Amino acid sequence: MTSVTTLTPPPAAEIDLAKRKRHSLIIVLCCTVIGAAAQVLLKFGAGHLSHPSLWQAAIGILTNPYLFLGYACYGIFAALLVIALRHGELSLLYPVIALNYAWVSILSVVIFHEHMNPLKIAGVSVIIIGVAVLGRGGSK
Amino acid sequence: MNTPPSAMALVLFGSLLGSVGAAFLKAGAVALTRHWTSLAYNWKLLVGVFMYLISSVFFIMGIARGELSVLYPMVSLGYICTLAWSRIFFHEKITSTKLAGVGLILVGIVMMNLGSR
Repeated sequence: MTSVTTLTPPPAAEIDLAKRKRHSLIIVLCCTVIGAAAQVLLKFGAGHLSHPSLWQAAIGILTNPYLFLGYACYGIFAALLVIALRHGELSLLYPVIALNYAWVSILSVVIFHEHMNPLKIAGVSVIIIGVAVLGRGGSK
Repeated sequence: MNTPPSAMALVLFGSLLGSVGAAFLKAGAVALTRHWTSLAYNWKLLVGVFMYLISSVFFIMGIARGELSVLYPMVSLGYICTLAWSRIFFHEKITSTKLAGVGLILVGIVMMNLGSR
């Protein structure tokens, strides 16, 4: 009897739900890349302002293309996150955002030629493994 | 550089606010439909975005006052709170796989920050 039950295909609604959950996860993965791009752009832009006042920083966001693009990326990040959260689980998607840290540290090495030591590389790897564990658990 | 308790309190409060903000974003996202009024009158999304912004202010204030390697692990409070809100308000299942994933991510964050000292 058990073999019969396992062969029965799951109801269409369940397949649909699983698909939506997977889509949510993919959207958040894109989110983390955009979030990392935002941070790098802000770092680029902030380099042009030395010890800005609150007012100078506010004007800088509008006039400095790097800062403007950086904040625009944050806007896209927020919109995508909300779209993902419509059908995805908060307990799954929120921790995945930590992948941001991994991308930023990789981009920092590539773009700003920052120093990368074994401990950092290990940390980035462990974060990626953690996200992979969440991804596998979430699609089941 | 020492890390005073005030810096820890700022970061802890920031992560708590961020997790509440995420819960509001989720609540607002669930209320979205194809009709534009579901976005225009969605106060939960607005509260969520606002709390996110405020949390980043607390975070920056805290980080400016202490050591990153001590303060970053405190972000874990935010992750654990988010798991709690997910269970309490959205009735999501907290499986051992999720706990393992979050645990690994936190260990990774701590290692990364120890590495950047």
